[in-house]
Amino acid sequence: MSGKTLYDKIWDAHLVSQREDGTSLIYIDRHLIHEVTSPQAFEGLRLAGRLPWRADANFATPDHNIPTTKSERDQGLEGIKDPVSKIQVTTLDNNCDEFNIFELKMTDMRQGIVHVVGPEQGATLPGMSIVCGDSHTSTHGALGALAHGIGTSEVEHVLATQCLMQKKMKNMRVQVNGLLKPGVTAKDMVLAIIGRIGTAGGTGCTIEFAGDAVMALSIEGRMTVCNMAIEAGARAGLIAVDQSTIDYIEGRPFAPKGEVWQMAVQAWKQLVSDPGAHFDEIVELEAADIEPQVTWGTSPEMVASINGSIPIITDENDPIRRESISLALDYMGLTGGTSIKDIKLDCIFIGSCTNSRIEDLREAAKVVEGKKVAATVEVAMVVPGSGLVKQQAEAEGLDKIFIAAGLEWREPGCSMCLAMNSDQLGDGKHCASTSNRNFEGRQGFGGRTHLVSPAMAAAAAIHGHFVDVRDFT
Amino acid sequence: MRKFSVEQGLVLPLDRANVDTDFIIPKQFLKSIKRTGFGVNLFDEHRYLDKGEPDSDNSKRPLNPDFVLNQPRYKGCKILLARDNFGCGSSREHAPWALDDYGFRVVIAPSFADIFLNNCFKNGLLPIVVNQENISELFRDTQANEGYSLTVDLAEQTVTRPDDSVIAFEVDSFRKNCLLNGLDDIGLTLEEADTIKAFEDKWRQKSPWYFANASV
Ligand code: SF4
Repeated sequence: MSGKTLYDKIWDAHLVSQREDGTSLIYIDRHLIHEVTSPQAFEGLRLAGRLPWRADANFATPDHNIPTTKSERDQGLEGIKDPVSKIQVTTLDNNCDEFNIFELKMTDMRQGIVHVVGPEQGATLPGMSIVCGDSHTSTHGALGALAHGIGTSEVEHVLATQCLMQKKMKNMRVQVNGLLKPGVTAKDMVLAIIGRIGTAGGTGCTIEFAGDAVMALSIEGRMTVCNMAIEAGARAGLIAVDQSTIDYIEGRPFAPKGEVWQMAVQAWKQLVSDPGAHFDEIVELEAADIEPQVTWGTSPEMVASINGSIPIITDENDPIRRESISLALDYMGLTGGTSIKDIKLDCIFIGSCTNSRIEDLREAAKVVEGKKVAATVEVAMVVPGSGLVKQQAEAEGLDKIFIAAGLEWREPGCSMCLAMNSDQLGDGKHCASTSNRNFEGRQGFGGRTHLVSPAMAAAAAIHGHFVDVRDFT
Repeated sequence: MRKFSVEQGLVLPLDRANVDTDFIIPKQFLKSIKRTGFGVNLFDEHRYLDKGEPDSDNSKRPLNPDFVLNQPRYKGCKILLARDNFGCGSSREHAPWALDDYGFRVVIAPSFADIFLNNCFKNGLLPIVVNQENISELFRDTQANEGYSLTVDLAEQTVTRPDDSVIAFEVDSFRKNCLLNGLDDIGLTLEEADTIKAFEDKWRQKSPWYFANASV
């Protein structure tokens, strides 16, 4: 018998039952909850007179809707100006109170983006099955957990049964050989992967990211990569457990302690794909070929390296792709053939569950230290992923560096990643953003998003247009 | 869940690849805590010329005459014809809720994003995968013939064209059964409550660290 992939191992360990056609019940260890996709699920539970199967498996925090300015946050719930957003946040509070679910409320200093807070609290552990009503749940795969996004009906299903009904996905391995060049980051790696396989490249698969370049990344960097697995079409991304994973988890509040910790570590060390395990698809990239990346279109696969240029429509042979490029350029207000470095920016957003961890903020701060944001940039903001990231950054003086350079230092939340709160990108404005989606209107009606790494966003802030960050550090 | 057996209806051709969930329903409408009422904001950023808010009076907003949904010939459409990777992006179930609330019962595309596909089945909306060749023909015929409609029979797994020619499609047998009978997933799973409990007890013994409470 051939070996098992990491995905096979976690799947098998959680398999409760299986029907003849392959539809399976999978036991869920951790259910993460936020305010946007849960109200209808709790309502469904109440209407059916059901209770959560295991309240202590749930972990909630509000993130999408909440304000990020200090003056608003100092007012607590009253600071949420939009009445509809406020209802959503208070509904989450009430549901968690009613059903006895652990919640880091908006006023708790540990609150933040659910995908930043989960790992930070140790609520994400290797080998767990994790779900959340949010597609970027794939982030948690960085710690060797099987984690994916679900819809609201499934949120209700998991609350009520502690299980998810699913069919097993295929195994895909994306292997990045060698090591990244200096100044090239996890974000560039994952954008390059998506540029290569496309936004539907991983559909129906769980992607295991592997290879020396991946294993050399910090846990923060691995989270950035797994975060965007969904942008490659895969519901889940995974990375094998190694010593970095174990070191990251040790001592976190939800992590096991003492003797149980020792047992857990022994078990977690098995969480790697066996040599010779079968993958349905394998894609290989050379890390040395990856340059800093910038997206120019309205899909994450529309990406080029910093020294490249925007494609010329007539160079594309496939009619459907040609049409997509033409629609994208129209929306973005860009012309084929323009070099990436000539794209001017009105806004800089450093934040989101892709890139708002301490390491991301350190990289950005290093670039802007002692410099000033270009006069043509109208808005530049840094939004830490959690209250604890914010606290750590302040302890290191990063907030002062950002403020001195002319960037705003905000309170934690999703913010302009999807602009459900009042942090919105203006109509027609170009934004260098460290988030994960450049869809039309994603950051605000008519807004034009360019996805980049934190260092590249910081460098663009200083110059007012894209530059190769390696030329300036 | 609403049962699905046979649907006959007008086809709306949305000729665009990678239609994402922000396209289907922009995020400002996700603030609702209800499951209904999203239909008027389906495809909002393309359907209207201004920016919509949850409290906008949609009847007063300027419509985009170029957007296919606003063309009178497609009024009352029930079947959405789409291109590759339809529904990519977020896990928001508001996307199928909006399609459903507008009146769509079927989406036909060459491929779908995983989570969206799943969310459709949970809401009585049938996503059908059809090969590129058939998709191109359907686009051509829908655009060429006003009033073009199709009949979708889930039990038979067929899409029947006006000339009576048939396109067969595949559907997961479990999901098909749930849709045909309007079965509630949670109810079905709870029938296995004893199996789940037994699994949970074993799992707790084997991996107690997943059951530990936080020391907070
Ligand atoms: S930061 Fe953005 S992508 Fe991440 S959970 Fe929030 S809205 Fe979603």
